Amino acid sequence: MPKDHGIGASPKRREDLRFLTGVGRYTDDINLRGQAHVHFLRSDVAHGRLTSVDTTAAAAMPGVVRIFTGADFEGVGGLPCGWQVTDRHGAPMQEPPHPVLAQGKVRHVGDPIAAVVAETREQARDAAEAIEVEIEELPAVVDMKAAVQDGAPKVHDDLTSNLCYDWGFVEDNREAVDKAIREAAHVTTLELVNNRLVANPMEPRVAVGDYAPGTDESTLYTTSQNPHVIRLLMGAFVLGIPEHKLRVVAPDVGGGFGSKIFHYAEEAFCTFAAKQLRRPVKWTSTRSEAFLTDAHGRDHVTRIELALDADNNFTALRTETYANMGAYLSTFAPSVPTWLHGTLMAGNYKTPLIYVNVKAVFTNTVAVDAYRGAGRPEATYQLERVIDKAARELGVDPIALRRQNFVTEFPYATPVAVEYDTGDYNATMDKLSQIADLAGFEARLADSKARGKLRGLGVNCYIEACGIAPSHLVGQLGARAGLYESATVRVNATGGVVVMTGSHSHGQGHETTFPQVIAEMIGIDEDQVEIVHGDTANTPMGMGTYGSRSLAVGGSAMVRAAEKVINKAKKIAAHLLEASEADIELKDGAFSVAGTDKSVAWGDVTLAAYVPHNYPLEEIEPGLEETAFYDPNNFTFPAGAYACEVELDPETGKVTIERFAAADDFGNVVNPMIVSGQVHGGLAQGIGQALLEGAVYDENGQLLSASYMDYAMPRADDVPFYQVDHSCQTPCTHNPLGVKGCGEAGAIGSPPAVVNAVVDALQRAGHDITHIDMPLSPSRVWAAMQG
Amino acid sequence: MYAFEFERPDTVEAAVAALKTEDAQALGGGQTLIPSLKQRLASPSRLVSLTAIPDLVGVCVADDGAVCIGGATPHVRVAADAAGSYPALAALAANIGDPAVRNRGTIGGSLANNDPSACYPAAALASGATIVTNARRIAADAYFQGLFTTALDEGEIITEVRFPVPEAAHYQKFEQPASRFALTGVFVAKYGDGVRVAVTGASEDGVFRWTEAEDALSADFSAEALAELSVPADGMINDLHGSGAYRAHLVKVLTGRAVAAC
Amino acid sequence: MAQVNMTVNGKPVSGEIEGRTLLSDFLREGLGLTGTHVGCDTSQCGACVVHVDGAAIKSCTMFAAEAAGADVTTIEGMANADGSLGVVQQAFQDHHGLQCGFCTPGMVMSAAALLKDTPRPTEAEIRDYLEGNLCRCTGYHNIVKAIMAASGQDVSAVAAE
Ligand SMILES: Cc1cc2nc3c(=O)[nH]c(=O)nc-3n(C[C@H](O)[C@H](O)[C@H](O)COP(=O)(O)OP(=O)(O)OC[C@H]3O[C@@H](n4cnc5c(N)ncnc54)[C@H](O)[C@@H]3O)c2cc1C
Ligand code: FES
Ligand code: FES
Repeated sequence: MPKDHGIGASPKRREDLRFLTGVGRYTDDINLRGQAHVHFLRSDVAHGRLTSVDTTAAAAMPGVVRIFTGADFEGVGGLPCGWQVTDRHGAPMQEPPHPVLAQGKVRHVGDPIAAVVAETREQARDAAEAIEVEIEELPAVVDMKAAVQDGAPKVHDDLTSNLCYDWGFVEDNREAVDKAIREAAHVTTLELVNNRLVANPMEPRVAVGDYAPGTDESTLYTTSQNPHVIRLLMGAFVLGIPEHKLRVVAPDVGGGFGSKIFHYAEEAFCTFAAKQLRRPVKWTSTRSEAFLTDAHGRDHVTRIELALDADNNFTALRTETYANMGAYLSTFAPSVPTWLHGTLMAGNYKTPLIYVNVKAVFTNTVAVDAYRGAGRPEATYQLERVIDKAARELGVDPIALRRQNFVTEFPYATPVAVEYDTGDYNATMDKLSQIADLAGFEARLADSKARGKLRGLGVNCYIEACGIAPSHLVGQLGARAGLYESATVRVNATGGVVVMTGSHSHGQGHETTFPQVIAEMIGIDEDQVEIVHGDTANTPMGMGTYGSRSLAVGGSAMVRAAEKVINKAKKIAAHLLEASEADIELKDGAFSVAGTDKSVAWGDVTLAAYVPHNYPLEEIEPGLEETAFYDPNNFTFPAGAYACEVELDPETGKVTIERFAAADDFGNVVNPMIVSGQVHGGLAQGIGQALLEGAVYDENGQLLSASYMDYAMPRADDVPFYQVDHSCQTPCTHNPLGVKGCGEAGAIGSPPAVVNAVVDALQRAGHDITHIDMPLSPSRVWAAMQG
Repeated sequence: MYAFEFERPDTVEAAVAALKTEDAQALGGGQTLIPSLKQRLASPSRLVSLTAIPDLVGVCVADDGAVCIGGATPHVRVAADAAGSYPALAALAANIGDPAVRNRGTIGGSLANNDPSACYPAAALASGATIVTNARRIAADAYFQGLFTTALDEGEIITEVRFPVPEAAHYQKFEQPASRFALTGVFVAKYGDGVRVAVTGASEDGVFRWTEAEDALSADFSAEALAELSVPADGMINDLHGSGAYRAHLVKVLTGRAVAAC
Repeated sequence: MAQVNMTVNGKPVSGEIEGRTLLSDFLREGLGLTGTHVGCDTSQCGACVVHVDGAAIKSCTMFAAEAAGADVTTIEGMANADGSLGVVQQAFQDHHGLQCGFCTPGMVMSAAALLKDTPRPTEAEIRDYLEGNLCRCTGYHNIVKAIMAASGQDVSAVAAE
């Protein structure tokens, strides 16, 4: 019998009631009295020197409140980067300034030149058209390899080149890896592109700035995954507002997938302008604007070499990657191709020697930063593709080759600095072959053939590092922030519980899952527990939601705070029951004295905490509220095995996904329904990356795929029903819930499965094709088939 | 959007009169015009909605057997009401965009816009349809004049489109993965006096007739009749979604499939 | 500015609009019915779908003036009279057919329109019908499942959870 409440149950989501009836409260639903609207005049060239910005005529247009340009931000800070990478030679990365509004130069199409604040959106836009801008156009750098050639035009005049950093990992392994590859029995090499993507949460970004002159307090309502991070970055680095005078609120957020982690210029602008103008200022992104301003994801160009010995054991791995940073360093951009990518290059395998080189490059494109998976999909894709290619070159079964090289003993210290605590990769592979019905493939292949279609099967594994994570570790790696999480558990007098968490939900269902944990711990109903998040005014400082960290880190903080509460409640109970604290047990919402029938209900204890008439006041304070900050001592390592079956129309090159199965090990699972939903969503995004999506710039830095007319989003008929399973569970050993994180797995594990399947289909049909770069659009597949 | 006046007349005469204002523009279902107004790509002084004119909405069969569709008839109506009289046309309409687009978008708007990837132009050209306006009748062969360009004059309204019904016909649409418009679409229509093949989505000059295929199919209406033919890649659209060579290849594949499905 | 009258969720409403006022803006800003969402500017995402005289339309691609006199239903009008969730809404909750909830109003309105025309749609019919509704969160699995369930079909065979 599945449980009906608490940990492991799948109660219906409580947040659904408001979303399904149209009474959710997203940022764009907020309209403040007296608010003005801002329209940003954005560069339509990728690279140029601003020679003049004349706002005279525009300022006189109807409804205009004020027009701001870069000059208005001269004394104001730039948007900070939260992570510093040190390059191979010990030097810090090159870190250019990132002004709120362009100063002197524009560096990508969409770079904001001026901001018009007016009474209405249309008036602001009318006036923006009347601003006279002169730009001396400069040659754009778009291609990464060209960007780092001598003499290439520089995105930032003050930097020595367009190379942000040249990172080697682990630098000390370099020579040993080179030697192992020279001496290997077999080396498989693959060059590939991890295509540039746009996160595209369905809710475009919105910012509403407000200012209260009476208290000198600024408030920003924003579509963010981490309001505290925005408050810290914007307050301390951009606007110079102390945290106690700045409140950041992220109400219901319509998806993020990474793109709403970062601190954006529009947030700083609306907060700044509201204070200057003494009235609220609102900005709502259009989707077209989102394509030009939201940080993009991926965009790596990689060469990977896998060395094997005569028995097909992996002996060494070497990669060289060019990673696009775009025109500016977005909040976490430098960490993505390095610490979130290099550390995962071991995958599920015991390759003893690994060297990863990453060259991060500035180009005249919008900034690139974390997108669902962030670095880990890039690592998984290249590794799982090269293994597949190796198996085909060696004529061995790709699954057998993987199994042969699996890490099987835990804990396992990889040669790329991380230690896997638990896992069982054979178990997920076994589960996969069952749920994917791998045994039935041949029959389905014959059926496809009979219909004139090619069919292919692609299988791969993945591992990821989640629960990001240990502050001491990330600090060594260059993070300029801690990455703990926080929670306050407040018990009300009548026994209800309010959890205030620094985590944030933008679709993950925390309002449902977090109460499941508390309900289990105390033995009360879930509807006695309320979750508060998304507002810096009433939640403790926390780092927010990304990197599949909410339950592993935020949930752990909540558990720790709840444990403190329970410990205190036990003291009160012991007093009420006139027993020793050591004998008090909490079960099903009541405290009892071990071995007796004496008990007192949860609600009586909580009442006593607030009405302390009969209370151990000399020992403990009244009240029942505790806060915990949880900082784990390691990442968590979810892992799994995925299988994709495709059908391919040989005449048109069109690929359809016929079956997709995912067997994941997420450790313990609090809500299986929600976990499956997270996997489904990730799979669609990974399938989207593999078959459909691609942000493409032309050589002048114009974004060609700048709307849904050209950027192909996965739709309902692009995907099948998926088979997902998370019954293989090796609990995480170092967090109290034993959970590992499930938010990104689907997006990490699926692209190689799709590409492996397409290559399989083509090779089965006799085509000598070893690789096609994503997205595997019909035209690309067809072109590859033409040879 | 720039500001404009909005009018919703209920007769063709009133609409024609309203369109005489400088920079006035007709509004069909708005499924193309409204997105372009949002991008400020158009700045009409006045929009004249045609969807409240009862005479412009509906599907009927004329005495000569032609299927006549009112200029402001939404795709959803064509899909339903032409299903018996001209199934291939109804099927084409049923696969334009999505249900919400089909509930609003009109045949007149589609033909007036003449998007190089739109579906209706292929049907109209392959069927040798007549575009009837408030002022005259225009043969499809004379109507389509290149990308987003037609024989329509300023302020001229498509009031009806008359489709002679073929013996057999089929439309094959290969969708562009993002927009789901036709990356390439081929409409094949077999009449007593010969076969017409119209191609959309492929050419830099917009919808066109593939006359070699028409000749071959008029002689032998089978996919095999196309075996020796090929479409030159020159002049085909080359973009992010496919090269000219790919589109040229699709023209042949889709023509064959359309014939086979007839 | 002109006056427009229509019926929204069974109630007569009126408001001042410009020619360019979109129905979505009129609903959201004029009437405060913010359940209807706007997710794109190219008429493709479907977050804004409402019913006008019973037909699903994209309210971002229709002028408010064109809805004069019409009967409009939005997500706010989909619950039962007693406030409980309607059949489609309930199926979405039961089968976890939503995550962030942003696409949800449009999904529910499209699903309701589909079920009106096709009371027992197949999986393929549902997927095809949703061509104009993008969801970035759910991977569509549970949306399709919810719609099948809302139509009274047994979905227990559709992959777990
Ligand atoms: C998401 C989406 C998907 C789509 N997919 C497809 C597709 O797959 N295939 C396809 O073919 N189309 C597709 N379309 C376009 C759709 O079919 C439009 O409805 C059509 O192109 C325009 O028709 P409309 O009635 O909406 O015209 P409007 O947008 O109102 O007008 C378009 C132009 O035609 C003029 N006009 C309108 N009616 C008349 C008339 N009666 N006489 C003279 N001029 C007139 C207008 O002034 C304007 O210039 C899609 C649109 C969208 C939004
Ligand atoms: S907002 Fe209407 S379709 Fe996207
Ligand atoms: S639930 Fe978030 S977009 Fe569909």
